[in-house]
Amino acid sequence: MVPTPYYLLLAAVLFAIGAGGVMLRRNTLVILMCVELMMNAVNLTFVAFSHELNDMTGQVFVFMIMTVAAVEAAIGLAILVELYRLTRSVNIDEFNSLKG
Amino acid sequence: MTAIEIPALNFAALLPLFIVVGTGLLVVVLDLFIADKKSLGWLSLFGVILAAIVGNMQQGGAGFDPAFQNVSLLDGYANFFNIIFLSTAALSILVALGYLGRVGLHRGEYYALLLFATSGMMAMGMATDLMVVFIGLETMSIALYVMSALNRHSRPSGEAGIKYFLMGSFASAFLLYGMALTYGATGSTNFSDIGSVLTAGTVAPMAMLGLGLLLVGFAFKVAAVPFQWWTPDVYHGAPTAVTTFMSVGAKAAGFATLMRLLMVSFPAFAVDWQLAIAVLAVLTMTLGNVAALAQKDVKRMLAYSSIAHAGYILVGVAAATTEGIKSVLFYLLIYAFMNIGAFAVVGVLEQKEAIGTKLTEYAGLARKNPWLAMVMALFLFSLTGFPPLAGFWGKLYIFRAAVNADLTWLAVVAVINSGVAAFYYLSVIVQMYMKPAADDAPEILPSTPATRIALAVAGLAVVLIGILPASLVDMVAKGVFG
Repeated sequence: MVPTPYYLLLAAVLFAIGAGGVMLRRNTLVILMCVELMMNAVNLTFVAFSHELNDMTGQVFVFMIMTVAAVEAAIGLAILVELYRLTRSVNIDEFNSLKG
Repeated sequence: MTAIEIPALNFAALLPLFIVVGTGLLVVVLDLFIADKKSLGWLSLFGVILAAIVGNMQQGGAGFDPAFQNVSLLDGYANFFNIIFLSTAALSILVALGYLGRVGLHRGEYYALLLFATSGMMAMGMATDLMVVFIGLETMSIALYVMSALNRHSRPSGEAGIKYFLMGSFASAFLLYGMALTYGATGSTNFSDIGSVLTAGTVAPMAMLGLGLLLVGFAFKVAAVPFQWWTPDVYHGAPTAVTTFMSVGAKAAGFATLMRLLMVSFPAFAVDWQLAIAVLAVLTMTLGNVAALAQKDVKRMLAYSSIAHAGYILVGVAAATTEGIKSVLFYLLIYAFMNIGAFAVVGVLEQKEAIGTKLTEYAGLARKNPWLAMVMALFLFSLTGFPPLAGFWGKLYIFRAAVNADLTWLAVVAVINSGVAAFYYLSVIVQMYMKPAADDAPEILPSTPATRIALAVAGLAVVLIGILPASLVDMVAKGVFG
């Protein structure tokens, strides 16, 4: 049986990798994947706590997060496809027409 | 065998929310059959007004019991925020009826999305459980992402959409991690349960970390410095009717949840978060105002001004007293009217996307269209905090709450900031009244009746609340929880 803190540590590392990726990567699709990684790190945290506390709330929360993450991915990709049609690029640095 | 007890769900408390969602679904279906999208707008307006009436009738009735096993509560506080959200939605629909037709964006989805976003905001105001906060927040945000990117043939709109989406979901991840750690530290996602566990126990570092991450998430959502950089681009790039709606609604919803969460769940850490919020308030006000000074585009300037106003509101949150809550409620309602009014005028003057929003293009407006110039001046004076308009009282109550909570230094910084803000608001008025129009300036297209109604309502509210602030003070007093 793996102790709970190990899961929490793994989740924290995954979350940090995701957050770092959002800030460092330039490809919008990769950024999207990094956000998903962060969300899943949170899911892992919730499940670990849920097991530790012997309480189902955390696992119900994970279902909510998975559903919302799927919706977010759909919306995000739809916006990106529209933008790609206009700019022929998925590089975040090229989405820079707004300045002031 | 024990009988299964079906808990009282108290559907009545969620009736206003159901009306808004139901109208939204109806709009989605009718959109397939109705070619005249304006009628969908009027239908949405009807739904919003109906929800407001039903919500107000329930006040003091069954609505005050917790609903759905204590995850949601329609108390005076939630009811007051519902009034803010529904007024915002109603005025935004009126603005959109005129604006969308002119820029060729009139689609039924717009109204459906607006209603769904409003329902998310209402869920956030009523939430007493982290799970409901998350669902409400995402319902609102996802609808707003789509609305920002509504203009599929415009690059600025698409860029606004993708930026808002990426920053919003990044912030949501932080918020969620904060929720997960809070849950782990306290074993509950219910606001008051979290509060009692934290008050009873010793300070848990994990709960503290959770609170920090929650603050980061909310700071993103209400556009507080240092998490504000998406705001100018998104507010500038999105269609003006959308900016009108989200600059008020999303901010108010963020504050609704943040205040209840801090006051109910984290009173044990009050000293820490009070300081954190006060620092955020100073940074937010100052950066918003200083950056707004340099803007050449009125729409972008108002985006920075909305950051500055989030800073003033944070001053009221930092006070962490009943008086502070009251002053924030008071300010948010006034802010809704004056900010929607100002953006509505920007929308009227915008001929095509991004044409007609520059500061120099406002020159000579007082001659070309005296009425429009007058209401714009009214809203700008109110945003400055010029007595006796509503904005003045809003600022006064917030600053007084800060002084009474021993945060005099914060109130002083806020007053200095209001002074700085006067420069850029007045520069628009100077352009309108004292500069002649350029020879090649485009004709102003006439505004539609719907837009005129919106401007009249917002303008009257700003003046009437300014003359009779006491009437609103009574209403606000009912909006305090606990």
